[in-house]
Order: sequence, then C-alpha cells, then structure tokens
Amino acid sequence: MSPWNDPRVRSFVFQGFLILVIGFLIYEAVDNASDNLRRQRIATGLGFWDSPAGFPISQSMIFYSETSSSYGDAFLVGLLNTLLVAAIGIVLATVLGFTVGIARLSKNILVAGIARWYIEIIRNLPLLLQLLFWYNAVLKALPGVRESAALPFSSFLNNRGLFMPKPLPGAGFDYVLIAFFVAVAAAIGFRIWARRRQERTGLQAPVGSVTLALLILPASLVYVALGGPLTFDVPTAGRFNITGGMVLQPEFLALLFGLVIYTAAFIAEVVRAGILAVSRGQTEAAFALGLRPNLTTKLVIVPQAMRVIIPPLTSQYLNLTKNSSLAVFVGYPDLANVFTGTVLNQTGQAIEVVGITMLVYLTISLGTSALMNWYNSRKALVER
Amino acid sequence: MTNTAPAGLKPAKLTHETAIEMIGVNKWYGEFHVLRDIDLTIARGERVVVCGPSGSGKSTLIRCVNRLEEHQKGRIIVDGVELTNDLKRIDEIRREVGMVFQHFNLFPHLTILENCTLAPIWVKKMPKKDAEEVAMHYLTRVKIPEQALKYPGQLSGGQQQRVAIARSLCMSPKIMLFDEPTSALDPEMVKEVLDTMVALAEEGMTMICVTHEMGFARQVADRVIFMDQGQIVEANTPDEFFRDPRHERTRLFLSQILH
Repeated sequence: MSPWNDPRVRSFVFQGFLILVIGFLIYEAVDNASDNLRRQRIATGLGFWDSPAGFPISQSMIFYSETSSSYGDAFLVGLLNTLLVAAIGIVLATVLGFTVGIARLSKNILVAGIARWYIEIIRNLPLLLQLLFWYNAVLKALPGVRESAALPFSSFLNNRGLFMPKPLPGAGFDYVLIAFFVAVAAAIGFRIWARRRQERTGLQAPVGSVTLALLILPASLVYVALGGPLTFDVPTAGRFNITGGMVLQPEFLALLFGLVIYTAAFIAEVVRAGILAVSRGQTEAAFALGLRPNLTTKLVIVPQAMRVIIPPLTSQYLNLTKNSSLAVFVGYPDLANVFTGTVLNQTGQAIEVVGITMLVYLTISLGTSALMNWYNSRKALVER
Repeated sequence: MTNTAPAGLKPAKLTHETAIEMIGVNKWYGEFHVLRDIDLTIARGERVVVCGPSGSGKSTLIRCVNRLEEHQKGRIIVDGVELTNDLKRIDEIRREVGMVFQHFNLFPHLTILENCTLAPIWVKKMPKKDAEEVAMHYLTRVKIPEQALKYPGQLSGGQQQRVAIARSLCMSPKIMLFDEPTSALDPEMVKEVLDTMVALAEEGMTMICVTHEMGFARQVADRVIFMDQGQIVEANTPDEFFRDPRHERTRLFLSQILH
C-alpha cells in the first residue's frame, strides 16, 4: 500500500499544510499592518489610555468631565452604560417574554391572538428599524419641554426624556432597608422551614403568601413608624426647563424599549416551545395521580420546560447584550459608541480600540454563557 | 343495580358491590362519535379486559373513568361518586383510581423513588419518610427496589412500566386502569409487566385493562369486552368469549390477532 492511501498520513499532511497557510496569512497581515501604521505615523500601544479625552458624554454613572477625564475614564463610562442597558434589558425582556410566551398558549382567544401578533410583527422587523422607530417616531416626537405630558407621581414626559422624582433617603432610612433585608432572610428561612416540616409531617404551608407579606409588611411598618424617612426631589416644570428630579434620557429609553420588545418576542417563542415540549402524557400522568393543575405545573411541567428553555434563552441574553451596540444609531453612549466611535476617531488606533472592545464583549458573553451553562448542567436530565 | 343492561354487561360476580357504573355514556370528538350508548357495570374486585380494533374507543372508555376525557351524555359513577364538572369530585375519584399508560409517562426529571413519592407527598400530604417507605414497599413488589435512586431514562421499558405500576399503587387506589400497558414494550419485556399485573389481579384489585394480550385475558379476566366503532359489541367470560364468539365482528377480530 502506498503511504499516500493511509488515512493517517493523509490527514497529517493536510493538517500540516493548513497550519503553514494560516501561519503565512497571519504573518502577512501583521507585517502589512505594522508597515502601514508606521508609514501613516499612527502610534501603537496603549499610550493613549491616560491622555485627556476632551469630549463630553451625555450619560454617565460615574464622575466624568470633558476637561479632566481620560480615554480610560471614557472607556469605563461606556462599559458601565453597556452593562446598565444590558442588565435592565435582560430582566425586563425575561419578564415580558415569559408573559407573552404563556399568553400565546392561553385558551383565551383574544389573549393568545394579541400575543401571537406581537410575536409575529416584532420578530420579523429588523431591530435597527425598531430602534429608529422608538427614537425618532416616538420619543423624539414627544412634545417639547413647555408642553410636557404630566404623568402620575409628579413625572413628566417630553422630547428630552422621562423626568421622575429622585428619592432622597433621610435619616433613619437605613432602618427601613435593614428591615427589608431581615424580612428577605426571614422569607428564605420560612421556605426552608416549610420544606423541612412538609418532609417531616406532610403539612404544607402557604409559602407564597407568607413570602409576599414578609417582603412588604416589615419594611412598610418601619417606614411608617419612623415617620416616612424618605423624601423626593420632585421635578418642577419651569418656563424653559424642568429642574430637579432625575431623568431617563430618550436615547437610553429608545435603546431599552427596542431591545426589550425585540428580544422578548424571541424569548416568548422559546418559552412556548419549552412548555409544548413537555408531552401531554406528563400532564395526564400527574392528573391521574390526583395532582391538581397548579401543582402539576409547578412540580411536573415547569421543571421539564426549563431544561428546554435555558439553552436558547442564554443565546437570547447574549443577543440582547451584543445588539446593545446598535446604541450608536440612537446616540446612547454605550461602549461601542464611546470607544469604537469617538475614542477611535480621535486616536486613530483602530487595532487597539477595536481589539479591546471585542475582548470586552467576548468577556461579557462568555461570562453569561458560563453562568447559564452551569445552571443548565445542574438541571439537565440524567439519561443512561 | 337497577339498570337493565343486557346479559354479559352485568358483572360476573354479583355478590360484590359496584365499583364503576356507566349508563348510556356517549362521547364525540367534534363530529366523530367515539362512544355510543355505553352501558357497563363493573363490580368491586372484578378484572375486565377490553379489546377491539384501533379507533374503537376502548382507550377513550377507560380515560373517561378518571376524567382524562369528558363524556358528553350519560352517567359515570365511580366508587359511588358521580363524575360531574365538580372539581372536588374529580379529585376524589382520581385519588381512588390509578392509571398505567402505554408510554409509561414517568417524570423524567425525578428519580424512581421521587416519581413514586410525588403524589403521596403533595396529594395525600404524607411525611416524606412515610412516603418513601410506601414507595420502597411497592418497588419491592414490582421487583426493582435497587433502581430507586436512578432516573427513568436509565431503565429499560419493562422496568419503567413496572415503576409506573408501583407509582400508581403508592396512592393505594381501589381501581386500576391499564391503557395498553405492554404495547410499547420490546417482546422480551412483556412478560415481566404481565406477571406484575397478574400478581395484582390475584390480590383482588379491581382492574380494567385495555390490551391485546389474550393470554393475560384468559388467565386473569373475569370478563372480556369487545368494542368496535364506539360500541360494546360483546362481553363474556373469557372461556365463552374465545370458544364461541357470538358476533361476526368479534370472530373477525379474534382471527386477526390469534394466529
């Protein structure tokens, strides 16, 4: 047999050849790039990191000043803004997605129909178009400051954003928080106690209503007892401006609305598929054993549906996070906008800036995946 | 018993009290008339085998007994309780009636032991330890106590079906329904499941069993019922049923399944 007909020899030769080709391409790319950078006199390295940025950012969760902050600070502001919109977006999209997904399966024709049309329309329109719609056609089209729409709780909505009262915790508000956290601990304790008691005696406890009561009552009682140690800085409409309170800017709202509504439509389908994946036989077996529908849902359907739901849900979370980089089209200062936008323009160091940004998104995405995979592996079915 | 069911539809052992009574039961799936005027009385402790061609309504018949299917006309009285839309009554009946399915329908996310203790814990409000004792008792009876901590996916079909029987027995039902319990099994596993059912029958459990295992029918049934097109065509003791079927349709069916 000629050695050329030996599959091991063949695969060795092919792979060796492939490595050579890839190595050559990488060498050429790096060589070319450094050559061109030198010729155009573009600096390399991270020297720009501590240089003054000199440009304003419209929304910042940390101190940032146009005059004194560095590119590094701008990076941090962008990163925090990305994480903010992604975190809030994931929570809201999950709540909305599960609600719509369950509504889609409702026996009520109207509820199921609305959910179905919501999913069909939102899922089939490009996200960018939806973001532009929310920003330009809804939020920017709102009346100006003087004609602000007054909302409940002294809030105002106009084309500069949503103005809301800003809570100012007074003396003693710490005790309200302490009462709340103690109550949360107590609720967890009650759950454990109720489970142990059921194992021991078979008696069931109203865990749901007790938890709800614990979450609301102690904190409210302490709050009232201390005479309401929380004041609000209420926004007031002046002639040209609204002063006081806090504001959610239209850029942030448009991006959040767009991402939440878009992603929720996909999550709704994931949830629906997960519930439908649990066979009818499971419900019948539970019914035949005398389990009521609510217990069947809790003990039989949800645990099985979650296994189907979690992996695609993870990829929806990743999609939402990555899609938040479309912020640049509505002017929200997220990482992609601030860093690969303004910072890149000013420094010209495309390789470093884009590279860092890629690393950041990779880290966020892989972190989310790792967390969800860990959760999934704990819930996975045992077969064989 | 006041209904005037024709001979053969009355229980074979009249000395017992009634476990299930069906009077003029009708059911439709849309236009399809799946059960037509079913009159059937089953005594406590009686073992009834239901057979018939596919689509004859035999599964639907027993699924009406524990309200997995709703009947639209007629009356069904189980253990002295009439099935209506009253949820309390449905709960009551489901607690007394166990059911074994063709595809086992074990809960794949729970261990064998948890499969067996789920309903006792949540429906009968049993302490976990007691429920586990009961479960181990029945798992021992179906001869697989050593599998208790495995998951359904790790068991063979025959083992899974025996677990399903044990799971039903943990609720101490008065009546057991079997919906083609051996149809989804590999041939070499049919016997272990049938043996379990025979043992159960010998202990005096009231059983309705939809099956084509005619050997099982001969061995344990008090009555064999043949259904076709939603009707009970013929009901008789196994001896008579197999030796001298009265109706042409029964004869045809038997000639097809008894080679």
